[in-house]
Amino acid sequence: MTNNPHISIQHLNVSIGNQLILNDININIPNKKVISIIGPSGCGKTTLLKSFNRLLDDTADVKVTGKVLVDGENIYDPNMEVTHIRKKMGLLSQRPYPLPMSIYDNVAYGPRLHGSPKKSELDELVETQLKATGLWNEVKDRLNAPATRLSIGQQQRLCLARGLAVEPEIILGDESTSALDPVSTSIIEDLFIKLKEKYTIVLVTHILRQARRVSDYIIFVYMGKIIEFGPTEELLLNPKEELTKEYVKGYIS
Amino acid sequence: MIRRKIEENFFRVLMVLATIIVGGSFFLIVGTIFYKGVPFMNLDMITKIPGGGFYIGKEGGVLNAIIGSLYVAGGATVLGLFISIPVAIFINMYLGGKNFIANSLRIAFDVLFGIPSIVYGAFGFLIMVYFGIKASLLGGILAVTLLVIPILVRTLDEVIRTVPHELRDASLSLGATRWEMSKVILRQIRPGILTAILLSFGRAIGDVASVLFTAGFSDNIPTSLHQPAATLPLAIFFQLGSPVEEVQGRAYASALILTIVVLIITILSSILSKRFSKNIK
Repeated sequence: MTNNPHISIQHLNVSIGNQLILNDININIPNKKVISIIGPSGCGKTTLLKSFNRLLDDTADVKVTGKVLVDGENIYDPNMEVTHIRKKMGLLSQRPYPLPMSIYDNVAYGPRLHGSPKKSELDELVETQLKATGLWNEVKDRLNAPATRLSIGQQQRLCLARGLAVEPEIILGDESTSALDPVSTSIIEDLFIKLKEKYTIVLVTHILRQARRVSDYIIFVYMGKIIEFGPTEELLLNPKEELTKEYVKGYIS
Repeated sequence: MIRRKIEENFFRVLMVLATIIVGGSFFLIVGTIFYKGVPFMNLDMITKIPGGGFYIGKEGGVLNAIIGSLYVAGGATVLGLFISIPVAIFINMYLGGKNFIANSLRIAFDVLFGIPSIVYGAFGFLIMVYFGIKASLLGGILAVTLLVIPILVRTLDEVIRTVPHELRDASLSLGATRWEMSKVILRQIRPGILTAILLSFGRAIGDVASVLFTAGFSDNIPTSLHQPAATLPLAIFFQLGSPVEEVQGRAYASALILTIVVLIITILSSILSKRFSKNIK
């Protein structure tokens, strides 16, 4: 792999209540690539993704041990400022959840949290990010309209723009296209491929074709363990592990 | 087949009957108030305070009680919100919403919800004695605030729980602190806050027992928090007890006024609720 991993996970265990969700996870996520996490429902894919930006903190009865190093800093260090970690990562959830405010304010929300930018700076930033997600031409005349008036596909791109506006280094996608129609899905997929020039992208998906289309590497998770991690084509076409083979062929789902 | 059909029809009839009973009662109550109250309704009732001979059926109105009720219910609701919103946010956003302490707090507020208002009145009275406050607008507002806090907290709690968890995640993952995230959630539930206000105001304006010892009663409109204040429910109570027919009639007229005030508040809040949900739906 690469010598300089962006995210490095060492002996990560996550349990909720008495149930062990993730079991001794060790992995190095390379810089500026698209990585897909695949695996059957309930295998711990989403938990793994959420452990990257400490969104698990909010879950009841959760216990996390081990290290997650982002740029060499352990994000589970008790002295770590959690907002600082989260600012580094944009999250795109299964369905778009625009904030209850206007299109403009949705994108401006993050930058406003982390400083008090001038109106002109904000205007420019909003335009840049909306252009980056291909939304600018569709919304430039109604920036003050409520974000909820947009279509679901547009909302998801707005959520991406909102995440990019805090200038993250990493984009986390949790089945980000599962609520979208095929056209919106392919727009989002193309965006991921374009955005990897600047960002490290980690996606959870259960669509193998999608993983194949967008990702450079694939992580296969089964029953809370990483079974296999490798370059996309290699893992899908020539898996080393028996379990991966069965999943890829569609025997386990 | 026939058995299923009979069952279907039987329960259908039961449901229709129950609905008729409820609807019918509503019209009977409102009808009675109108029938008995309208003949005694006049402009003086809502524009004048009681005159010298008001309680033997002569000149004057219940403006003192209308204003007093609005002061007490409005004051208690505003004061209650300042206490309830932080509590509801704390339970859901800081305690995580599902743990032992959060659930214990919920049960505690459910119990408080069910406590009869006379208990709040008596408790409020004790606090007033302790602090040396006389029966006054302030005393009334304090007692009624105690009464509405459980309503506000539980309503806000239920509303906050309907907000999808992903919206919190969205705001948190942009680097928001819990309080910044809570502000987003508060924006999202504005229509719900309005519902809570309405429920609280409705309970506050109609309650007799909590203001019985605490607010006092006065024929004048209070000009400071330390003056006693009349409320509509108490005015109705006192007038109904009068042997004079004219005064009894005015009790129904007062009930009519109270009903209309509640109606106006309801309509206003449903209009406001539409405006507030602009950015949500």
